[in-house]
Amino acid sequence: MTVEQDEPRQIYTPVADTPLAYRREPAGAHPPLDYEPYKSTALRHPRQPLVYLPHTLGEITGPALAERIGMTELDADLTRQHAGEPIGERIIVTGHVYDTEGKPLRDTLVEVWQANACGRYRHKWDRYPAPLDPNFSGAGRCLTDSEGRYMFTTIKPGPYPWGNHYNAWRPAHIHFSLMGRAFAQRLVTQMYFPGDPFFPYDPIFNSVRDPTAREAMISTFSIHKTQPDWAQCFEWDIYLRGPAATFFEEER
Amino acid sequence: MNFTLTPSQTVGPYFAIGLPWSAGPHVVEPGTPGAFTIRGTIYDGLGDPIPDHLLETWQADPDGRFADVHGYGGGSELTGFHGFARCGAEDGDGSYEILTVKPGRVADPRGRLQAPHLAVTLMARGMLNRVVSRIYFADEQQANVSDPVLSRVPADRRETLMAQPDGEGGYRFDIRVQGAGETVFFAL
Repeated sequence: MTVEQDEPRQIYTPVADTPLAYRREPAGAHPPLDYEPYKSTALRHPRQPLVYLPHTLGEITGPALAERIGMTELDADLTRQHAGEPIGERIIVTGHVYDTEGKPLRDTLVEVWQANACGRYRHKWDRYPAPLDPNFSGAGRCLTDSEGRYMFTTIKPGPYPWGNHYNAWRPAHIHFSLMGRAFAQRLVTQMYFPGDPFFPYDPIFNSVRDPTAREAMISTFSIHKTQPDWAQCFEWDIYLRGPAATFFEEER
Repeated sequence: MNFTLTPSQTVGPYFAIGLPWSAGPHVVEPGTPGAFTIRGTIYDGLGDPIPDHLLETWQADPDGRFADVHGYGGGSELTGFHGFARCGAEDGDGSYEILTVKPGRVADPRGRLQAPHLAVTLMARGMLNRVVSRIYFADEQQANVSDPVLSRVPADRRETLMAQPDGEGGYRFDIRVQGAGETVFFAL
């Protein structure tokens, strides 16, 4: 084992804050791909067993996208992308992107998209008969700062009905896409708001079976970061997988 | 300290308002010498196309170097090489197409050379987490035979990971999420 542990250092030159391998995600950390209450999973999950993938250079590296996308600071303010202001409760959504060891991930791309205050997305396929807002596109992006912090200004999205079962409604949520630092850390998830009455009835929220993990998707209202006479603040920290303790810790 | 991992949730049907951008499918800038397309369709368990899918690829350049965000592995020196593609149309028909170059061979942690390949992330409405696969090249038989990852895949399923030459200088790679000819997915 000693020889194996030394080997990767001869192949890959380690740089600061880059693990040589990531911790394997524990069973139940993410929702199952086959989850009967969410009906669309039925035909969209693999039936064959997954094949173990070692973490090679391609799995521990990741792209630089900010410049390529042409990102600007305005991208983080979803209330200033049109001539007028969107209707709705103005909110600030902020937090950190960490790995599960608590290390902040700097300069990592955070992308968000959401429904407007009425629960309608600006998407061709959204047929919910609620008004579109001419002043709201519902998409934003930013890079985390040196402490892993992100911040968006937006309006609080509304809940909306969907066709999964009779009287199905999604709790209000903002979609988050995280590039992390490496292919292995890529994550797409949803941020929820505290006290949402639709939580008990939503199969997507409840697809995360572990209550602690499920509640980790709910943001926290912060009176301290709420800006007087301006905007409510919701805080939400995101934890991506951290480094493996040793390189071949779980190699098999 | 060990904090609770933030769980995955589905990308849903409406990600196209936020995630794709027009040049997203270009792993390399158009006009890059040797550039070709890889195209295909994503199918569900009934063999129907999945129109609301998001596909991302990540790969080395022809010298086996990555355009890594922090320059890890030495950094690619190929002009116009991004290494990453993202495809996902607002009004999709289940197909995707990327413009790329063939990646070089990259050593695994034990020093064994892998065959040229792209890492693939696939998400869609109805998928509560991403699935991860790889695109190898059917015309790299010699490299494929000794690839340490392919060797972990049951022999009768390796074909599902092979992009096939399309006779026009590019390749075709379909993904079958479930059922007959189900594509191999990896535990990352």
